Amino acid sequence: MRKTNNVIKIKDFKVDKGLPFDQEYNFAYLDENTKKMIRRAIIKALCIPGYQVPFASREMPMPYGWGTGGVQVTASCLTKRDTLKIIDQGADDTTNAVSIRNFFKKTSNIKTTEITEKATLIQTRHRIPETPLKKKQIFVYQVPIPEPLAFLEPKISETIKMHSLSEYGAMHVKLYEDISKNGHIETAYAYPVKTNDRYIMDPSPIPKFDNPKMNNSPAIQLFGAGREQRIYAIPPYTKVKSLDFEDYPFDPFKAEHACDICGSKNTYLDEIIVDDAGNKSFICSDTDFCNKRKNK
Amino acid sequence: MYVAVKGGEKAIENAHNWLSEIRRGDVNVPNLEIEQIKEQLTLCVERVMSEGSLYDTDLAALAIKQSRGDLIEAIFLIRAYRTTLPRFGTSRPIKTEDMVCMRRISATYKDIPGKQKLGPTFDYTHRLLDFSLLAEGNIPKAEKRKVLKEKIPHVLRFLNKEGLIQKEKDNNYQPKDITRNPLEFPANRSERLQSLSRADEGFLLALAYSTQRGYARNHAFVGELRIGYVKVKYNIPELDIEIDIAEIIVTECESVNQFQGSKKTPAQFTRGYGLTFGQLERKAVSMALVDRALRWKEIGEEFVGAPAQDEEFVLSHCDNIQATGFLEHLKLPHYVDFQSELELVRRIRKEYEKNK
Repeated sequence: MRKTNNVIKIKDFKVDKGLPFDQEYNFAYLDENTKKMIRRAIIKALCIPGYQVPFASREMPMPYGWGTGGVQVTASCLTKRDTLKIIDQGADDTTNAVSIRNFFKKTSNIKTTEITEKATLIQTRHRIPETPLKKKQIFVYQVPIPEPLAFLEPKISETIKMHSLSEYGAMHVKLYEDISKNGHIETAYAYPVKTNDRYIMDPSPIPKFDNPKMNNSPAIQLFGAGREQRIYAIPPYTKVKSLDFEDYPFDPFKAEHACDICGSKNTYLDEIIVDDAGNKSFICSDTDFCNKRKNK
Repeated sequence: MYVAVKGGEKAIENAHNWLSEIRRGDVNVPNLEIEQIKEQLTLCVERVMSEGSLYDTDLAALAIKQSRGDLIEAIFLIRAYRTTLPRFGTSRPIKTEDMVCMRRISATYKDIPGKQKLGPTFDYTHRLLDFSLLAEGNIPKAEKRKVLKEKIPHVLRFLNKEGLIQKEKDNNYQPKDITRNPLEFPANRSERLQSLSRADEGFLLALAYSTQRGYARNHAFVGELRIGYVKVKYNIPELDIEIDIAEIIVTECESVNQFQGSKKTPAQFTRGYGLTFGQLERKAVSMALVDRALRWKEIGEEFVGAPAQDEEFVLSHCDNIQATGFLEHLKLPHYVDFQSELELVRRIRKEYEKNK
């Protein structure tokens, strides 16, 4: 009945035998032209700290919103000599971190690690490690909504103008209104920052506890938003300031407990319900840091 | 002491194995063949090709099988595969006036050169479950006719002759591939049509329906709907010859819409355009209506704030792969952010208690 002459035939249905390295794809999955396009966007982003550079984001084999931007940035920066660490919620063993790490193992045969100091490239979702980042490390954030003004003005065509004119009054009014209503700025994560005294930037949904770690960091910080097709960056040793007021200074709080595993008092903690009575336990969200401290 | 749950890796592996098992279902029931999906679930295959933006019936059928019939999941598989394919060139624009039509109707004229042709349509079927399909139902034989050699002209051409319909101007713009360039606003019509053509059918249907119900009301006539085979031609630059590389099925809809006229334009009809892979009539008609609503500025119409008029709203939310990904990411762990919200709410409540 309906016959069409397809030119592109299914070449091969190779059964995935769980091989560690899938050679059917280019190194780190993306083709070299795509990587070049992304690297250009990264270089532009590094030249204009905090500015969102549009890029032709590709469809990745994982869903949009699950780190496709971060994965594309990582894939474009990876070399065969790199050691990769992937974390989600601060931990190396959360499902999506495992999944992304396996993706890179399979497509690039790259060395991976859970130890922050040993990694040359770290991709993260929602946390910055407790161990300070160092020179020559690349730190890649997965970003869901790159536009910090999106919750005030959903139209990108408008927010682009606001950024170019440094028209940030609306953001300050929002923070002010929070304080006048509740005595607090009602943002606990994805707390907006100003980068290099110029662009207001979304730090991705990290808890505001982590914001100070971005300031003057020796590492290269790259932000990839796949669905929204934006890349932005903080070059090493760049000023990153969380928005606040003189009389209401920025307060990077955390739970007022110590870690129940390693005893650390100044790390970000996950709250865990341990029994039916709702009793709580607090443990480090950074599993690598916690393990190291516990084993010392 | 509490020990945090480990073993994400093992859990993922087990989940995938279970998924494979449940996809296969009862092994006593014969395995579903790709050929069966291709031949008997053609409209699924065509939707997957259209929204996946890749014309390959074998791969679309495979994706449908692999996704347990979840079409958005199947579209996603096709998109992820498509993005890895090298681009060796761009075909010539397809010529729908040369289409070998399976179906061609116009709601604006009773009789037209080239004739009305119903073709394989559900339109006038009575929606009664056909229990004979539970068994091997009898398939009535359709009458056969020879394919007409002569071209079937587009209906809107006749309105064009009289100057009653807005003329489409060729602005010599080289269309940008939206899968290779970031979409920026304001977009032009070429980028808009590309987005709409791969947009979610349900989303376009709802938006088109909203224009019918008065949100940017624009009464539309189906000027023409044609479905059939077109040749895809490719010019080989080294040899400078044009060859046919494929024959594909497409659905094209041109809508004719009322327009009162404005200072900029005298009263005349305007049009919307819809084009999809395969036989996707609902999608093509919806696309034409939404395209027309989005053209308000160009025509000099009023912006009434309707969703279907808002280019940025429509184009940013019409892609089901983007939408489903972001929606479903809510299933990923968010404990860190949730913890910081908990802490904030506790603080605010503590202060509230203090000041009471």
